[in-house]
Amino acid sequence: MTDTTTRTSVVPNFDDDTETDRKLAIICSKGNLDMAYPGLILANAALGEGIETHLFFTFWGFDMITKSRMNDLKFSPVGNTAMHMPMGDVRVPQALAPIPGMQPMATKMMKKQIADLGVPEVPDFLEQIVASGGHLWACRMSADMMKLDESDLYDGVEAIINASDFIEKTNGAQLLFI
Amino acid sequence: MPVTTINSRDIHVDDEGFLTEYDEWDEELGKVLATNIGIDLTDEHWAVIRFLRDDYKTQGETATIRRVTTLSGVPTKQLFVLFPKKPAKKMAYVAGLPKPHGCV
Repeated sequence: MTDTTTRTSVVPNFDDDTETDRKLAIICSKGNLDMAYPGLILANAALGEGIETHLFFTFWGFDMITKSRMNDLKFSPVGNTAMHMPMGDVRVPQALAPIPGMQPMATKMMKKQIADLGVPEVPDFLEQIVASGGHLWACRMSADMMKLDESDLYDGVEAIINASDFIEKTNGAQLLFI
Repeated sequence: MPVTTINSRDIHVDDEGFLTEYDEWDEELGKVLATNIGIDLTDEHWAVIRFLRDDYKTQGETATIRRVTTLSGVPTKQLFVLFPKKPAKKMAYVAGLPKPHGCV
């Protein structure tokens, strides 16, 4: 490492004296445990950087904000040829993936790994996102299909809105579809 | 490694300005660091900063927002009020610690 010596005061540039109009919109369309996390982690990271963040929950992603299901998302090795054991490269043969007991075991293992990293479960994670100023929106069509209304949804969800409302709210945002 | 002068003392920092030597920090210096980024420290700020300092000593890494909220009891919302917009990085800077490296 080269030694550089400077006598002027080095202060981190937090870039927050100028108002940024950066905005992030994340569409969460999956209800598997493993696919719930990417959106939550990115939303949380964006909020920590001072970026206005909106999450839109649609189709199976609706399970992430449905009170009766949000605690119980599952992870399955079925159809996931990349799945291997946490340590080493031991893979589950696809023929064994659907056997009874495999899904609960895989879910339990993944939940433990996530908890070991100090990463919260889905409801706690949503709470943290809301506390950090994030906006949660539920998809109108999904609510209608599943016959759910706001009383069935996590309290932090601001409203059930349709696709056009979401597009309007996220004008100018960078968008991720997960 | 750059050396900067804060309060007429030589302080080791990384390229962005975060302190790299745990023991070069004291509360007087913390006040100067806070002023550098436009924060007036209150007792609430100090509670968070002291938690971060103690936690780093035992854990060897800077606590994330999640950890601060869970263990110190200061709500996440309040952290955003105390250290606006980028609480994780700002608390770390004032506490003389590296940026947290965890995702959550």
